[in-house]
Amino acid sequence: MSDLEPAGAAAPSTAEAPAKLRLATVWLAGCSGCHMSFLDLDEFLFDLAERAEVVFSPVASDLKTFPENVDLCLVEGAVANVDNLELALTLRQRSRMVVSFGDCAVTANVPGLRNLLTGPEAVLERGYMELADRGAQLPHAPGIVPELLEKVLPLHEVIPVDLYLPGCPPSAERIRAAIEPLLHGQPPLLEGAAMLRFG
Amino acid sequence: MSVVTLRVNGQEVAVPAGASLLEAARAAGVELPTLCHLEGLTPVGACRLCLVASETGGRLLPACATEAAEGMAIRTDTEELQRYRRMTVELFFAEGNHVCAFCVANGDCELQDVAVAVGMDHSRFPYRYPHRHVDASHPLFALDHHRCILCTRCVRVCDEIEGAHVWDVAQRGSECTIIAGLDEPWGAVEACTSCGKCVDVCPTGALFRKEDTTAEKHPHAERPEQLRRAREQQQWRNQ
Repeated sequence: MSDLEPAGAAAPSTAEAPAKLRLATVWLAGCSGCHMSFLDLDEFLFDLAERAEVVFSPVASDLKTFPENVDLCLVEGAVANVDNLELALTLRQRSRMVVSFGDCAVTANVPGLRNLLTGPEAVLERGYMELADRGAQLPHAPGIVPELLEKVLPLHEVIPVDLYLPGCPPSAERIRAAIEPLLHGQPPLLEGAAMLRFG
Repeated sequence: MSVVTLRVNGQEVAVPAGASLLEAARAAGVELPTLCHLEGLTPVGACRLCLVASETGGRLLPACATEAAEGMAIRTDTEELQRYRRMTVELFFAEGNHVCAFCVANGDCELQDVAVAVGMDHSRFPYRYPHRHVDASHPLFALDHHRCILCTRCVRVCDEIEGAHVWDVAQRGSECTIIAGLDEPWGAVEACTSCGKCVDVCPTGALFRKEDTTAEKHPHAERPEQLRRAREQQQWRNQ
């Protein structure tokens, strides 16, 4: 998998140590459970920090702009609103390998349930008017609150995806089994219930 | 007992006359994925997962519903079959509303099992999000049509084993659905004995006990065969 050579390898480096893999994690329409599971990697996080630099992540970085030259990007969540869509398109342009990380990214999962209602107006009407106890009001703040897309989509219906890691959430063991080979430039073996089972 | 001999993936195998290709494959030690098939119930060939190819060509054959014939030669795992099987499973997921995360059958679901077996890591087909409903009118059980794959195991077990014939299939194509009685709420169908066999054999979370919540359903798909065998061999003293 030569396309997984760290991008930093081409850049001039003053240190002897091999360039670290530039890792990003992204949180779209999901519950952050996949990121919690990622943090469940426990002591493997130390090994990960040895080999990878987290350049963008809701749990390990304060950057607001998705950086250039990302080697590996884990994407949690479905694509539900215009912000999700914009970030998905950006991360695809700037990442060598994109992983659909968890059931929401792979299938739209729970966020996708709103597709059973016809369009964002019906969803907002249901959530903010019909079910409101008091002060029923539709949210409307252009440029601040992102507009909902017509349908919630799995990530691969919006951008090409290189690897799928199902699970709600994928267990820490499954995450490790997928990313540990990637850190060494090898494709992971995604077979069997331990790696593939949904839910 | 007469015997027929045939070849499964090049291997000679002998099975009793009348055996299916699925039984012949199993006799040869070959496992085929199945969803609608269940030991003890009449095969219907509904799910198309057990399709096999004859070495002499022609259309693909549902192994569960095709009788093994003398001199046949079948292949069970060609590239074409593997491709079709994965497509079939993806279509099952895309057709209904299968959300494993909070499903009553999560972790003990045959649809999940076959997805793993065919190596499905995502669906290449867009999800349909059909409008279906939940029938919770029965005091003990419920039917969530969103999770139904129309395998008709419930229809067959109720008719063939329980003898109540509560369930049927109505409509066609994408409107196809399981109905209770004459398309009545399940709880209103007097023929239902509340035996729970349909719940036991349902491969997904479509039929479930009301007390079970997420990941708490544990089916008993072995029961039709046990009951059939017990009846045929008169294992009960009062028969």
